[in-house]
Amino acid sequence: MSHTVGKKTPLVDGAQKVTGRAVYIDDIVLPGKVMLIGKILRSPFAHAKIKKIDYSKAKKLKGVYAIATAEDSDNRFGVLPITKDETAFAIDKVTFIGDQIAAVAATDEETAIKALDLIQVEYEELPPILKPEKSLAPISHPDQKIQPWSKYEGNIFKTVNQSFGNVEKALKKSSVVKNGKFSFNGVTHAFTEPMGVIASYGSDKKLTVWSSTQVPHYLHRALAEVMEMPMHRIKVIRPYVGGGFGGKSDPFPHEMAAAILSKKTGKPVKILFDRDEVFISNHGRHPTKTEMQMSATKDGEFTSLEIDALIDGGAWGSFGVITTYYNGVLSLGPYKIKNFNYNGNRVYTNKPASGAMRGHGAVNSRFAVETLIDEIAEDIDFDPCDLRIQNAYEPNSTTANGFRITSCGIKECIEKVKIASGWDKKFKQMPYGKGIGIGCGFYISGSALPINWERMPQSTVHVKIDFDGGVTVHSLAAEIGQGSDTVLAQCVGEVLKCDMSRIRIYSKNTDTAPIDLGSYSSRVTFMAGLAAKRAAEKIKKQILNAASKIMASPIENLELKNDRITELKTKSSISFNEAVREALHDSGALHGKGHYQAPNLNPGLPRVDELRGKESEKGAPMGGSHKGAAAGLSPSYSMGAYVCQLEVDAETGLVNVEKVWAAHDCGKALNPLAVEGQIEGCIHMGLGQALMESFDYNRNTGRIENPNFLDYRCIPPTMMPDVDVFMIESGDPEGPFGAKEAGEGPILPILPAVANAIYDAVGIRLRNLPMTPEKIISAIAKKK
Amino acid sequence: MTLIPFPSKKISKKIVEFNINNEIVELAIRPNDLLLDVIRYKLNLTGTKRGCDMGTCGCCTVIIDDKPVLSCLTLAMQVQDKKIKTIESLQENENMHPIQECFHTEGGSQCGFCTPGFIMTSFALLKENKNPTKEEIKEAISGNMCRCTGYIKIVDSIKKASEKIRGKKSE
Repeated sequence: MSHTVGKKTPLVDGAQKVTGRAVYIDDIVLPGKVMLIGKILRSPFAHAKIKKIDYSKAKKLKGVYAIATAEDSDNRFGVLPITKDETAFAIDKVTFIGDQIAAVAATDEETAIKALDLIQVEYEELPPILKPEKSLAPISHPDQKIQPWSKYEGNIFKTVNQSFGNVEKALKKSSVVKNGKFSFNGVTHAFTEPMGVIASYGSDKKLTVWSSTQVPHYLHRALAEVMEMPMHRIKVIRPYVGGGFGGKSDPFPHEMAAAILSKKTGKPVKILFDRDEVFISNHGRHPTKTEMQMSATKDGEFTSLEIDALIDGGAWGSFGVITTYYNGVLSLGPYKIKNFNYNGNRVYTNKPASGAMRGHGAVNSRFAVETLIDEIAEDIDFDPCDLRIQNAYEPNSTTANGFRITSCGIKECIEKVKIASGWDKKFKQMPYGKGIGIGCGFYISGSALPINWERMPQSTVHVKIDFDGGVTVHSLAAEIGQGSDTVLAQCVGEVLKCDMSRIRIYSKNTDTAPIDLGSYSSRVTFMAGLAAKRAAEKIKKQILNAASKIMASPIENLELKNDRITELKTKSSISFNEAVREALHDSGALHGKGHYQAPNLNPGLPRVDELRGKESEKGAPMGGSHKGAAAGLSPSYSMGAYVCQLEVDAETGLVNVEKVWAAHDCGKALNPLAVEGQIEGCIHMGLGQALMESFDYNRNTGRIENPNFLDYRCIPPTMMPDVDVFMIESGDPEGPFGAKEAGEGPILPILPAVANAIYDAVGIRLRNLPMTPEKIISAIAKKK
Repeated sequence: MTLIPFPSKKISKKIVEFNINNEIVELAIRPNDLLLDVIRYKLNLTGTKRGCDMGTCGCCTVIIDDKPVLSCLTLAMQVQDKKIKTIESLQENENMHPIQECFHTEGGSQCGFCTPGFIMTSFALLKENKNPTKEEIKEAISGNMCRCTGYIKIVDSIKKASEKIRGKKSE
């Protein structure tokens, strides 16, 4: 029986949160009242040359300590080393409304705001490029290039063309071909805690940066580049983080600005965003236009899939290379689709950057795939659930592009929600206005290829036990509310079978934590979890060795359980602490180190092969040798299937989602409380994108029209349906205790499930998200 | 902190006296000071959170005379002689308040940033309605925003807390 894994475990840092003691970025007060307040001057134009910046008047204002502009730093940074296109401050031109031009450090916020008003900037306006279609076109004048370094034509940031199998041939043997043009408005993370940063450049010439971030390690790297300082003189501290969902997974210009201002003034500088600045910073889901075609035989075999995606990246690259690939390749599961063409373009536009958001790159294409499947099912008279099951992968399969699928519970997921929802008695059988629909999902458990191609583990965890008997776990995996600290504690606790109160997690400080790449791409449970487990196993050995000495019995005869070590034959036992103390004698604190590095990826790519030479013997090779083969490669994939039941009011167009049955194959739910929470949170966020959330821009100026929670509406509590969660445990062969991801994949099925249910209810197919009441009424009217 | 622009250069302060967490405080307040800023930055009660500055997220909810109030939409000048309760005052002995405990054990708190606001709203609700239905709970918390939980476990937490509080009373 398991010790802690699989048990509903309240978050190890939860007591701090519910009592108001958790310290978030805005709660940090440095001693001595020396902290300055930083404010950012932002561009009022979407596209303009900066002719002149005059801050002489601002500098003279009483209480102003420093003003920083591009004069202070022009080093480029960005989360992906291949597309560093951001600077701390705009250089020579601004590329979106809100672009950071200058920053002021002053005694208080009021003075800082006054100083911003005194900075005079002379602009030469350029026509903004706001439509992604326009960015595809070649440029006729250098001024039209939004980011001059891009090697592609026009304002294209990244083009991906991929082809597997033979679509043309496949179409010939197909009896049904469905296609559609889909469009998806941008959506944003809407975490409740605005970003903030405090930077303190000390007299010891060391820099400490506290930031509300998901990726302390990437921030650490970016600061080193921008500040031209060695990494060992920089310390990044992650306080409690009030949600992220991908929105805090880039290094940001405001973090650089605080560091620069602190160095200039020799004082700590704090920059805290207002809510509209959070919207301006965005990095949300890319607005996307997707053309998709899918074919099948009359026997229900999926034969081909073609995707053409135009992805609006805004002014910066962010994770965009990955986004561009994911819009294609993550559609290659969980169904057997052997013939595939993908053409994806992510383009620059003069808007706030798009980036990674929960379900990164997969959500929009998934919506299109799953709704086309329903159309195919209708044409060939198949039940949509059965058609999906027929085409679903089995465990230990390989996709058309070389993804290695190990554990695979997709069929079980579909069967589960089909039965639980009473599908057979409801689908196509409910009165007009009521409908039921299904959707599925497929997602990575961390990226097998790290962002920085270095011979370095993706996760390392240190475990220390000293005389007090406490188990200290050091990691840099970022707890952002998803329960990453808790899952690490569980992985360690499960190995050491000790009381959970012994375990304390230190995951906030780059000085003490071994490197972990951070909380993005659903990687923490799998990768950091394995590293933690391995570290604990090493310490367990030391403890058992000591117990063996005390009890004069070989290790094989000893059992570690519930804080005690028992000799199985004599049934005599000693306490955890006795064994620990014996182990400490003559050696000092016990240490265990564990790491995770994904197994060999692409035998075809020599560089990666070289990097992974040693690991490849352990794990099965995976991945193809084509260009971009590493994108979307993961040591394991999660799957899911949801059924949604809803009612459409044909008069008002309002959709009332009544119930969702949600099955997600997470391998093994290490903490069912957190897994349920992730699934329910995903449904909330997915329903928002499906029905109401939209990041709206002015078509002429590029200004965000709804940068607040009054106008950017999320699903309120009163609109949340009842949800039955089914955690399907397929037992991943490589994940920690069989686990894989549960944080992002669970958003995928809900959007198409809603669309398919709306079709079942009122017979309309909407291809533009969000599916607002206006669109629903007009589609119903058109149908009549 | 968002400042409300104030025309005159010299802003005259006024002494405002109120009860916060059973302690009487006297503070020199400017007419444009928000209660939220006073609580957070003058009194260092940082459990009350600032999420939007315009009354849309509910993270700054405190109790004023038994009613949940958005402290970011309340001028500090308005609280003369009033009784304010923040998240810091809920726990009165070695144990958490039942609402805090249930938010913790039932998964009602993930990132935790909205949690103090939700707990204060729940506190006011359960004072007024000892046994609220799911629908009543949803209605009561509709001024608070949570992006992590989808509200399901928050509703569960409040339901469970109401049972706990009622159970305690009948004991």
